[in-house]
Amino acid sequence: MSETMTHDAHHEEHPGGIKRWLFTTNHKDIGTLYLWFSFIMFFVAGFMALVIRAELFQPGIQIVDPNFFNMMTTLHGLIMVFGAIMPAFVGLANWQIPMMIGAPDMALPRMNNWSFWILPFAATLLVAPMFMGGNFMAGQGPAFGWTFYEPLSGQYGHLAFFVFAVHLLGFSSIMGSINIIATILNMRAPGMTLMKMPLFVWTWLITAFLLIAVMPVLAGAVTMMLTDKYFGTTFFIAAGGGDPVLFQHVFWFFGHPEVYIMVLPAFGVISQIIPTFARKPLFGYASMVYATASIAFLSFIVWAHHMFTVGMPVAGELYFMYATVMIAVPTGVKVFNWATTMWRGSMTFETPMLWAIGSVFMFTFGGFTGLMLGVAPADFQYHDSYFVVAHFHYTLITGAWYGIIGGVMYWLPKWTGNMYSEKLGKTHFWLTAIAMNLTFFPMHFTGLAGMPRRTADYPLQFTQFNQLSSVGAYIFGFSQLILLYLIIKCIKGGKKATNEVWEGAEGLEWTLPSPAPYHSFNTAPEVK
Amino acid sequence: MSSTHGEYYVPQPSHWPLVGSLGLFLVTGGLALALPGNASDPMGNLGIMYTGFAVIILMLFGWFGTVIRESEGGLYNDQVDRSFRMGMSWFIFSEVMFFAAFFGALYYIRTFSEPWLGGAGNNLQTHAWLYPEYTSTWPANGPGNVGGNFRTMEAWGIPAINTLILLSSGVTVTWAHWGLKKANRNQLILGLLGTVVLGFTFVGLQAYEYIEAYHIYNLKLTSGAYGSTFFMLTGFHGLHVTIGAIMLTVVLLRSMKGHFTEEHHFAFEAAAWYWHFVDVVWLGLFIFVYWLV
Repeated sequence: MSETMTHDAHHEEHPGGIKRWLFTTNHKDIGTLYLWFSFIMFFVAGFMALVIRAELFQPGIQIVDPNFFNMMTTLHGLIMVFGAIMPAFVGLANWQIPMMIGAPDMALPRMNNWSFWILPFAATLLVAPMFMGGNFMAGQGPAFGWTFYEPLSGQYGHLAFFVFAVHLLGFSSIMGSINIIATILNMRAPGMTLMKMPLFVWTWLITAFLLIAVMPVLAGAVTMMLTDKYFGTTFFIAAGGGDPVLFQHVFWFFGHPEVYIMVLPAFGVISQIIPTFARKPLFGYASMVYATASIAFLSFIVWAHHMFTVGMPVAGELYFMYATVMIAVPTGVKVFNWATTMWRGSMTFETPMLWAIGSVFMFTFGGFTGLMLGVAPADFQYHDSYFVVAHFHYTLITGAWYGIIGGVMYWLPKWTGNMYSEKLGKTHFWLTAIAMNLTFFPMHFTGLAGMPRRTADYPLQFTQFNQLSSVGAYIFGFSQLILLYLIIKCIKGGKKATNEVWEGAEGLEWTLPSPAPYHSFNTAPEVK
Repeated sequence: MSSTHGEYYVPQPSHWPLVGSLGLFLVTGGLALALPGNASDPMGNLGIMYTGFAVIILMLFGWFGTVIRESEGGLYNDQVDRSFRMGMSWFIFSEVMFFAAFFGALYYIRTFSEPWLGGAGNNLQTHAWLYPEYTSTWPANGPGNVGGNFRTMEAWGIPAINTLILLSSGVTVTWAHWGLKKANRNQLILGLLGTVVLGFTFVGLQAYEYIEAYHIYNLKLTSGAYGSTFFMLTGFHGLHVTIGAIMLTVVLLRSMKGHFTEEHHFAFEAAAWYWHFVDVVWLGLFIFVYWLV
């Protein structure tokens, strides 16, 4: 039998050096690993975006051949979704959820380690084919778009690597989500009832449910691709009685909840930040919870709005159109609540608040273009054009990614014990916000004028808008180096942060010292 | 060395998760290299895959061994137990969704894509131009008659016996649970033994049925939409029955070593839940894959 002992957190023994990170069962260490992994992937996928924008600076083929271009768009999308955004939120969840609910750690700490340490292996499988055959520029990597539609993806020579990468990413997400649900439902401090939980915790609870529900469906979809290609099944082959459209149905049954998986935790972060800097409690807490749950429910029954042009029966088009625009209702509730929280608040505009307000404004804009796309007859015009690219970058950058950066800024002093430089933070915000709009706003126009996405070349008439986009993208990309510098500087030192960090902050995480101790709450706090 | 933080047991750093990741990487990477088009000597890479399986088995013994020692050492309180229960329930839910993808594919093909290939709905022109000779039916292998003519398995033969076997095994595992709860060790062991025997009998009959399908009925994985859905659904189910039976075997061996108490036997319940889950999936298969064809 193992020897047990009680001790306080400062005498915690854990291995130093690399072993600390490889074998750790600590939620903060694992959160840090997730966040750095995500940050590296963000730069990798961002670099790919800059290759895309360099090629699109002028019409014609200048820098990379079309296949390589397609590989860049594909890997940019896949790595941003599975390598940057999702791990970043899991990182935030790992750091924050135990602190916000008054727990010592996550519920299943060893499995927590496993969820993270699958990711680097999965990423290796995903990009390995790029380096096969000895010629990098020949573009051996996946080049069929991040949605990997059949039958195009079935032609890909190294499909098995792609399929197994997705399987491993799925394992990781499912285990991470199981852990988050078990933590939230089982590890809350006495008195922390469900309806007293901070909204970040609520949104993650619902997100984790979505992940467990849809990642296995994605695993099923890629398994069918694998057996179609290598073992002679005909799920997606009409000659055998299957249907390539079946792939799109299965994929988007995963894919639509997936986009909410990427944005709901950001809504949670924003719902933490705005009350703090408006110095008012969140307006309509209960309606926020119900709105989040409604969005999650609706996300399961709207998937085919991604495939209006595929040749569905008209009844299907109508149903999916009406179901889709219904999502505007709970989303509107959220935006209304954020705005009302700020109404007559005594507001200050530290960096996290800038990201939160920026997100509310610009995500709403991305939501409106989503409504346009959700209208079936109009979608026939917008489908697969740059309008779609503009739409989902407004939702994912200013929705998901702004939420992540806002959250990092908000909690960074708690993690490091030091205040970051407000000057750098604000410079980074404004450069990013301006560059983001410079990059993606013109895409609405190129898209409406008919420029197709995933194409390395375009007619002369689109040149000026594309040049604006490319200039914006480079400013955006290089501005992120400020963020990297800001974070490293904050880890190394700076003005000492108080326990509360922000004047208006409420919640259990602000009762802990800054930096937070290795194990969050050895004795559970009492929540009144 | 272990430590407690408050009441909740937080384990010390462990190398098993990383070993598990390495194992998964070797299995998937090795298999990917062994499939056509990825390496000059594909089959030579199967060795990497087998190594990966060995690493995963090592990890399972190491990790579960640690957990069992900790559990028998009394480190897990009720709250830790609840975390495990939630973990297992949500894991089973994820498995349900995995099967849902394949059931969904089956329903979609039967309800939409097959009739559409025959010209139903607004697909009259598609049918007339692409496959004018084709009449949509089910079971089907599509307009290409992929894999040649085949016959389907008779539902009221082996599949019906298999249904009986799995339903009875649900009874025996519950009977074993009653035995455990009233501290009747013999009933526990006997019930588990019966369940394991029934489980492996199911797998054996399923294997026999596959051989029959391939050699007598010409029903193969490559037999178009029917063959794809039939073998992928029953195959993944058979794999899960095998995993469940192995889990129950471990629980049986632990019961014989005197593990578990009347109140504290999460591993038993987890394996039993999993067993009921494969049972329910089988009922869906029996109805939609064997019976209503």
